[in-house]
Amino acid sequence: MLQSIDWSLVDWSRAQFALTAMYHWLFVPLTLGITWILAIMETIYVKTGDPEWKRLTKFWMKLFGINFAIGVATGIILEFEFGTNWSNYSWFVGDIFGAPLAVEGIMAFFMESTFIAIMFFGWNKVSKKFHLASTWLTAIGANLSALWILVANAWMQSPVGTQFNPDTARNEMTNFFDVLFSPVAVNKFLHTIGSGFVLAAIFIIGISAWFLLKKRESRLAFRSITIAAIFGLLASVHLVLTGDGSAKRVAEVQPMKLAAMEGLYDGKEGAGLVGFGILAAKEKREAETGEEFIFKFEMPKVLSWMAYGDANHFVAGVNDFKNGNPERGILSIPEKMQRGGIARQALDDYKRAKASGDTAKADSLKGLFSDPEFLENNFKYFGYGFHDDVNYFIPHVPITFYSFHIMVILGFGFVLYFLIFLFFASRGELQKRKFWLRLAPWVIPLPYIASQAGWVVAELGRQPWTIQDLLPTVAAVTRIDSGSVIVTFILFALTFTVLAIAEVKIMLSAIKTGPKNEGGTR
Amino acid sequence: MFENLSLLTLQHYWWIIVSLLGSALVFLMFVQGGQTLIYTLGKNDKERTMLVNSLGRKWEFTFTTLVTFGGAFFASFPLFYATSFGGAYWVWMIILLAFVIQAVSYEFRSKAGNFLGAKVYEGFLFINGLFGTVLIGTAVATFFTGSQFSLNDLNQVNWEGPARGLEAALNIRNIALGFSVFFLARILAILYFMNNIDNDAIFIRSRKHLWINTIPFLIAFLFFLTMLLVKDGFAVDPDSKMVSMEKYKYLHNLLEMPVILVMLLIGVAGVLFGIIRALIKKTTIGIWFTGPGTILTVLALFLIAGFNNTAFYPSTFDLQSSLTIENASSSKFTLTVMSYVSLLVPVVVAYIWYAWRSMNRKQITQEELSKEDHVY
Repeated sequence: MLQSIDWSLVDWSRAQFALTAMYHWLFVPLTLGITWILAIMETIYVKTGDPEWKRLTKFWMKLFGINFAIGVATGIILEFEFGTNWSNYSWFVGDIFGAPLAVEGIMAFFMESTFIAIMFFGWNKVSKKFHLASTWLTAIGANLSALWILVANAWMQSPVGTQFNPDTARNEMTNFFDVLFSPVAVNKFLHTIGSGFVLAAIFIIGISAWFLLKKRESRLAFRSITIAAIFGLLASVHLVLTGDGSAKRVAEVQPMKLAAMEGLYDGKEGAGLVGFGILAAKEKREAETGEEFIFKFEMPKVLSWMAYGDANHFVAGVNDFKNGNPERGILSIPEKMQRGGIARQALDDYKRAKASGDTAKADSLKGLFSDPEFLENNFKYFGYGFHDDVNYFIPHVPITFYSFHIMVILGFGFVLYFLIFLFFASRGELQKRKFWLRLAPWVIPLPYIASQAGWVVAELGRQPWTIQDLLPTVAAVTRIDSGSVIVTFILFALTFTVLAIAEVKIMLSAIKTGPKNEGGTR
Repeated sequence: MFENLSLLTLQHYWWIIVSLLGSALVFLMFVQGGQTLIYTLGKNDKERTMLVNSLGRKWEFTFTTLVTFGGAFFASFPLFYATSFGGAYWVWMIILLAFVIQAVSYEFRSKAGNFLGAKVYEGFLFINGLFGTVLIGTAVATFFTGSQFSLNDLNQVNWEGPARGLEAALNIRNIALGFSVFFLARILAILYFMNNIDNDAIFIRSRKHLWINTIPFLIAFLFFLTMLLVKDGFAVDPDSKMVSMEKYKYLHNLLEMPVILVMLLIGVAGVLFGIIRALIKKTTIGIWFTGPGTILTVLALFLIAGFNNTAFYPSTFDLQSSLTIENASSSKFTLTVMSYVSLLVPVVVAYIWYAWRSMNRKQITQEELSKEDHVY
């Protein structure tokens, strides 16, 4: 099969998926966060009866509406791309992966789309309380959607609750709750929605600061900043904590990714955490005695502590995985390739024996796939049997490293940022702090960058796996001429870009117009 | 409760659910049909704005049903997902693109600074209405006419059709269903507008265009139905699981499953009754007959495609690669889990019903739109 593989097909299929996912993720985080803030603001309105809060809620709701549709548009492609571009994947794991997608549709999307309509159109049609409930349900629905797709993503990173069936040549689910409550899934969900909360808070602060500078709608801007700063502070602390949890999970289930995130080539005990650094050239990094960094700022022992809760714990590096480290019980990639190759061969032999009617041989081969020893020694590395180049199984270290560090540095910065705004707000000094007000709109892109960087770490850091250790991209891709994928890539890139430009322009225009006066027409 | 059902029963249960979602989708594509009528039924900006807003409050519903239909199909019959989406690549990609440009058009159309101008977004809505309906109809028709693909022993698809699915549009029977869906969507949209909008000019024009769309719908649909009933079908031997061609297979399916035959007859009667009633009387209730009629008709078509030992996604290139509800389904465990999730469906339907009832008490009028905060 590999002889006939067209590498540009794999690359373009990956590029198309990345393009769609990244565009999707430009719009989704704001939805995840701002819906809660809308719900909080509207709750204050209903409790106090102060129409200014209603005006405020409606203003942010309008911006949310502009953002929402384009998130939906890019989302539908993602769902269907699993089938169109990753059809072998869709069969190999559809038995597990399809379920969360279906639950997402039934449980979350309908909730979101039904109540969002009441939220937008129901102000004059339903009671205050029903409207408020709808706003909360929209927030819950949006975040539930995130839950299910993130459960599906987490399962790809850590495939639990499943067993391979040689007859159907696919993985089949054995425990739904293992899939749903896998520690990777729980952390991923909390961390990801947390990034949406932070992003929404920074979005609101940035725009409100602009209003304060322009001396327009000062009261609304002040209220918005206060709510957003409190919400953002809580969310950013939550983000740091769940980030720590995520790192521990990565250490456990994807240690190669952890090594790439830290640019760690040779494993060590008491490994330090690189706060920031510049990686050396590839040849130097990979050389046995080579230096990995041109310069770095390192916190001693912190990586060992962060990943394993023990400051002296051994953290494996890229070379430990590449060449193996018998002392630490780490198999080399060639060893895994050989073991995975045996598992693949066993599957081929089984299919052949079955087709030729050799039932005795078929039965004994089939037995292998439920034999714990075979599963542990061979099937566990099934995916390594699809390729014979060691380097194929190593993720791109610089991209993973820099993305990870950009995300972390910005993440800590956000905690400080919210503290500063909360401090000024509590002292009633916001108006005077011109520097911070001028800075705030320019901070808006940063959580977008941090959040995208987070996904780059998660997805590029696990290359080449679509399913960790079981299915590499090369075996997951739909066999189609790469020309078709290139054309669809270009079509999507153009469409998304044009729509994104329109979105930003409409958003800017709506911000300039500002909140509407109640009772008037638009 | 579901654990005690046999795998085959679960497969049937899930085929019914997927079919129900598919038929609900065809009904809800009145939104797409309506998008192709904005300039036909609306002669000035105010009228067009009413039409767009009337549809704009429902578009997401259709969209969500499409997404859920895809998700449910993936979860219950993943081999179909892998084979059809990966194989008939271009058909699905064009459908997807048509839906991408729809999603933003309502929200962006009337907003200041919208970059492309209202006309372009209205154009997007038209493209979605045309391609969305015709191509989905064409794709569903291949459930009866077959596609050219083969599966290897690891169930990986090789698509033999050179145009990656677009070749389906060369088959007149497929196109007939495509156009049936297109004109039916327009008929449903007209009946929906008559029900949802309080405006005399639109109402009068709607009735006129009901005639104009009913005639091509009847021609296309009766042609498809006749061809379906006289054509050979893809039968599966219940014991050996071998697929072979059987004369009048779909006619046999209807006769051997009289409940579905009755469903089809009631469905078609409902569709026609709603139309005829609206043609001869100035009524707003046509949609209440044609809508459910559509659901029953499409449901019956889906059921005869998959039930009674029939291959629902047949391969004309290699008969034995054809997909059946047995060989394409998820494992018993997954179907059981998903069946519990399906118990939520009535709850979902109930809150949608409740929510929309409280929103739709009054018809859309110009006066209401002028007071509205969120106008498309």
